Order: sequence, then structure tokens, then C-alpha cells
Amino acid sequence: MHALLDVSGLQKVYEGSGRRVEAVRDLTFTVDTGELVCLVGPSGCGKTTLLKCMGGLLTPTSGEVLLEGRKVNGPPPGMALVFQEYGRSLFPWMRVGENVELPLKQKNMSRTQRRELVRDALESVGLADAAGAYPWQLSGGMQQRVAIARALAYEPQVLLMDEPFAAVDAQTRADLEDLVRGLWRERGITILFVTHDIDEAVYLGERVIVLSASPTVVQEQLKVDLPDERDQLHTRVAPRFAELRTHVYEQIQAAKRGEAEPGSPARSVT
Amino acid sequence: MRGANIALGATGLAAFLALGEAVPRLGLVKEAYFPPTSRIAEAFADELSDSTFWTALGDTLTGWALGLAIAAVAGIAFGVLVSVVPYLREATASTIEFLRPIPSVALIPLAVLLYGTELRSVLLLVVYASFWQVLIQVLYGVQDVDPVADETARSYGLGTWARIRHVLWPTALPYVMTGVRLAAAVALILAITAELIVGAPGLGKRIGVMQASQAVPEMYALIVVTGLLGLLINVGARSVERRALAWHQSVRGEVAV
Amino acid sequence: MRRVLLRAAFVIALPVLLVAGWWVTSDDSTDVYWPPLRTILETFPDVWTGERLKDDVLPSVLRLTGGYALAAVVGVALGTVIGSYRRVRAVCEPVLEFLRAVPPPVLVPVIMLFAGIGDTMKVTVIASGCVWPILLNTVEGVRAVDPVMTETARSYGITGTTRLRSLVLRSASPQIFAGLRQALSIGIILMVISEMFAASNGLGFTIVQFQRGFAIPDMWTGILVLGLLGFLLSVVFQLVERRVLGWYHGLRASSRRSP
Repeated sequence: MHALLDVSGLQKVYEGSGRRVEAVRDLTFTVDTGELVCLVGPSGCGKTTLLKCMGGLLTPTSGEVLLEGRKVNGPPPGMALVFQEYGRSLFPWMRVGENVELPLKQKNMSRTQRRELVRDALESVGLADAAGAYPWQLSGGMQQRVAIARALAYEPQVLLMDEPFAAVDAQTRADLEDLVRGLWRERGITILFVTHDIDEAVYLGERVIVLSASPTVVQEQLKVDLPDERDQLHTRVAPRFAELRTHVYEQIQAAKRGEAEPGSPARSVT
Repeated sequence: MRGANIALGATGLAAFLALGEAVPRLGLVKEAYFPPTSRIAEAFADELSDSTFWTALGDTLTGWALGLAIAAVAGIAFGVLVSVVPYLREATASTIEFLRPIPSVALIPLAVLLYGTELRSVLLLVVYASFWQVLIQVLYGVQDVDPVADETARSYGLGTWARIRHVLWPTALPYVMTGVRLAAAVALILAITAELIVGAPGLGKRIGVMQASQAVPEMYALIVVTGLLGLLINVGARSVERRALAWHQSVRGEVAV
Repeated sequence: MRRVLLRAAFVIALPVLLVAGWWVTSDDSTDVYWPPLRTILETFPDVWTGERLKDDVLPSVLRLTGGYALAAVVGVALGTVIGSYRRVRAVCEPVLEFLRAVPPPVLVPVIMLFAGIGDTMKVTVIASGCVWPILLNTVEGVRAVDPVMTETARSYGITGTTRLRSLVLRSASPQIFAGLRQALSIGIILMVISEMFAASNGLGFTIVQFQRGFAIPDMWTGILVLGLLGFLLSVVFQLVERRVLGWYHGLRASSRRSP
């Protein structure tokens, strides 16, 4: 039995005009079906590069990404990406409904099926009424909801999210975090969530993978043993939450200094 | 990267010239209609050593430069006036919208009757066509003036003239530059048109004469000259625009043209 | 209500004033070249009869439409190809810069050599003059497609014609329309002068005939008709543009409100 997503020995080196930049050195980890995994690392640690390699948008220099045991050679139909730049990822010339529907037109399905999926996806992100609006008529948070709805309607096996809430205000961000957790619990989808925000990673994830500074390797993997039922008010003040975030924080500080993990070997999970 | 691009561009140009040589040589089109590149180059060299060619070039440039200068000054002056005097912008909007799309070539018969083949014929067409290019950009530019900056200037008791100089003009300048650049291209088109159709002296007239006398290679050579002239004007205007705006830190969006 | 009236007054006032001014100053004009506006307007219905509209205006408009449509199709198609590939663009750029810089009216004598003086010549002249602004603007627009949008499309497997239709061309459409607008004024110029140069009918031809025959009031009506045609085409263009680029104007307005 394979893991749903299997990243092994991934390396990405950018080469151009005499300069050679190793963005990702050696990454190995897996994601199982139905998991919500957060990838967290210091700024500029090659998170986006990693995600693009996984999404088939970049070809790794060495190593490979397997989705259900099949090697990823280009954007696989079983993956959907949510970008940080919601404003530039939605097409401003299409209404919200059309934006969500567009990727479905590549799949073999009837018009009514498509409409049903679009309606359902918009409803689950709380934007059932906004199908006829243009994206730029909505607030930033609502635009990111549309991008999430587009990914949901696509019915991917894995949902990859690249710092999706980095550009929205704190209040909206909390709402969107709860939305993602809610969708994950309701729909049982697999989510790989990339962020540079430690609190967000601990609050959202079932498991947190801490990345080192560039050139990136996996610094540590950590199981988040918080209850499934989480909310912004109580979870964030729970003692266990504080312990976990302190631990991740220390790991990231260590990663920035370029040390290996300090103190006792962390509780790694495989 | 840049070097590679220049090499690719040079390859493209060489291929274009080679194609121009090969197509008539291979008999794909009649040589009488489309002489090979080498024949055009010969005619081009002959033209360069002909004093009447230089006179014609001078005439065209005079019409172009004079017309452009008049249009630019008039366009800027009118644009600023309309923007500064209260209600004038609203009052003139419909008239401008109506007059602007009128094709300047509609004035050709009038120019012929009034001025014949004089320089003034050329100027009438050139000025009419380029004036709107400048004016419209000036109006765009004035609309872009930051109301806060203008209020600030007012609150410090700056007069109309000082506000034009220190607030309106710096904001509008990038747009004015764009307007003048567009007008420069339009002015050349209209100058050549006036010479070709009306018969005012200049390169356009010379092209017409060559065509009438079946001097086909010479005609092509002159067309190449007008193309080079257009290219020089475009490149020159763009570099002036860039240099003049190097100090200008304002970020501006695309300008509709 | 008062504001609407005021706005209407602003729209009409100056044109009315100008026409009235023209009317009054020209009314007792004896200058043959500047006939009274009254005479021009009286001549108008006699000159521009239904038959004339059919024989002169219609052919002109058809030639313009044909040449313009041809230029639009060729310009957008070639521009998309050139804009999509960096190397192709680098190879073509100097040649295109030169061809664009050639003043379009000089194409008239050249194309006459190949295509004679018939409709083919005029349509070709209009098309070959209009194609450059459309082509070069399309290249710029296609080149500037947002990389995030490109990656979004790729990651959702949007390829081929769907990608072209729903991403590339839509994203480039503001620039394409800027090109189409420049091409429209060039097209009208070329329509008129190709008919003035050599033709047996059409607006340009008719107006020059009037001028040569010293039918001055008739010539003036011709100038008015050309002006009206230019204005009408520009109105039609704006209507189409507002429909197709509604999203773009909305987007710009909304980003101006919250920068």
C-alpha cells in the first residue's frame, strides 16, 4: 500500500546566467489519504518551489514525486493548487461561477453535472450568492474562497495550498482557517498546506513538517495531538497548543541558524 | 540574453532581406512589380547621391516638424486651459468627442482648394490629426492629478499659475510625452499622405512621380526611406520620453491610446 | 432632475454655439470656398440621395469592413503566435518595427502594381495598413499574460484552444482593442485615399470629383459625411469595446479605489 503522496529525495537547482542556486536539497516525506499536513519553514526556504514540483509545474533536478504510486511528470489531474495571489489566480474577465466551472470543462462531464459541482462548491465556501459577480467585485478573503471553491469543484485527490492566507487581514484569515478545517472534516479530502506562520500550521494541521532554511531539507516531522474539534478561541490558548508552537518555533530558529534539531530527538512520525 | 536577442533579430532581418532577393529572382512575383533587394539597394544608393532627393526629404521633415510643433503647443495650451477654467472641461467634452474621430483626410479637398500644393496644405492635415493625440493625452494626464496634492497646494495659497507649474504639469508630463510620441508618428503619416495625394513637394510626391514613371526600384527605395524615417522618429521619441521621465517617480498605469 | 438638465446643457451648449457661429458668420459669405452653412445644408439632401448612399457610401464601408476584418484576423493570429514564443519574437522584432514604421499611405502605389485599381487593391491596402498596430499590440498583450494565471491554467490542465480562448486572448484583449482602435483610424484614412488615388466610386472618389468640378457646396457636404462616418464608426467601436472589455474597466476602477 502506497502513501497517497510520496516525495522522495527531491532536489531542485535553478541554473541561469552562470549562477547556480540550490533551492531544495533533499526532501523526503509522505502524505496519507485523508490527512491534513502543514509544511512550515522560514521565509525563502523554497516552499513554493517544493509545491510547484509537487504540482508538476516544475521538473525536479533529481528525486521524484509519486501520486498514488504514479510519477508526477506534469500537472496531474488529481491535484488542485490554491495560490497565495488570489487576485492574479482568478480570471478577472470571468464571473465567479465561470471561474469555478472552467477547469471542469476539461473533464468529461455533462453541463448539469458541472453546474451541480459549481453550486455545491460555492455553497460550501459560503458564496452561493456570488456566482454572478466578478472576482474583483469581492473582498480579498472572498476571492480566496472562490479559489478554494474552484479547487473543491475539481474534486482532487490532493489539495495543495501555497500560503493561501498570507495576503488577507487577521480576522478574515481566522475565518478562512476554520473554513479549511471544516471542509477537511466534512469532505475527508487530503490537504497539504504550506505556510510560514507557525500558529497557523499548528492550529490547522494533523501533522506539521518543519523545513530547514534553503537549501531545504526536512528539519522535523511532528504530530499535532490536539483534539479534532478546534476553534480559534479555545485551541489557541490551550497549554498543549503553546507547547507545540514553542517547539516548532525553536525548530525554525534552529533551522535558520543551520543547526540540526536541538535537544532530544523529536517525536518523528512516519 | 540581450546579445542572443540581438543575434536573433539580426538573423530575422537578414532572412527578410534574403527573402526579398529570392522571391523575384525565383520568378515567384514579377521583377517589374517587386524588384530584388539588391536592385532596391542600388536605387537607394542612387537616391542618396541625388540632390533632389535631399530637397524632398527636407520638405517632408519641415512639414512634419512644423506641424507637430504647432499641434503640440496648441494641444498642451488648450488642454491645460480647458482643465483649469471651471466647467470648461464639461462644456467641451461632447465637442471633442465629436470632432476627434473625424478623419483628417476629409480635409484634403479643402486643403487643395485653399492652399494648393503649398506647405500650408500639409500643415492643415498634419496639425488637425496630431492635435487630438496631444490634447487627449493632456486631458488624461490632468485627470490623474492627485486631488490631495491639489488641495494641499490650494491650502498653502498657491495661485492658479503656481498650481499649474508645480502640481498639474509634473503629473501630466508623462502623458504629454506619450501624446507627443503618438502625434509624431501620426504627423509623418499625414505629411506623406498630403504629399502623395495633394502633390505638395516632399517624399510622398516623389513616390507618386516614381510610380507614374514606372521607376519601380526607386519607388521601393523611397518607401524604405519613409520606413526608416518612421523608425527613427519612433525610436527617438521613445528615448526622449524615457530620458525626460527618468527623474519622474510617479508610477502610472497603461495609457489608453 | 436639475442635474440631468444641467448635464444635457453642458453636452449641447458648445456644439449649438459653434454651429450657430458658423451659420451666422458664413451666412452672407461670398467667398466661393466658404459657402454659407445654409447652402451646404440645403445641398445635402440633393447630393446624398438613397442612390448615392448605395453607390458610393456602401462600397466604401464594405471595403473598409473587409480590409479591417482581414487585418484583425491576421493580426491577432500572427500576434498570438509571435507573442507566445520568445525566440520567434526576437527574430521578428526588428522587421516588424520597420514594417510598422512605414507610413501606410505609401502602400497605395505598391499594392496598385500587384492588384490593379479594383476592390482587391483597396481591401489589400486597408488590410496591410491596419494589420501592424493590431499585430504589435497583440504581441505585447500575449507576452504580458500574468504568470500566476498561466500556472493556474496549467495546474488545472487547461490547455489548447480552451487556454487560448479563456486565458490568452482574454488577457490580451485590452491591448488588442488598443490596437484595433489605432487601426480603425488608419483604416478610414486608407479607405479615403485609396479611393482618391484611383477609383470609380466611393466616398473619397466622389469628394475629389466635387472638388475638381468646383462643386464647392457638394464638396462640403462630402466632408460632413466623412466626418459623420468617422464619428459613427467610433461610436460603434466604443459600444463593442465597452461590452467586451466591461470587466477590464470594472477591474481598473476597483483597483483605483483600493490601491
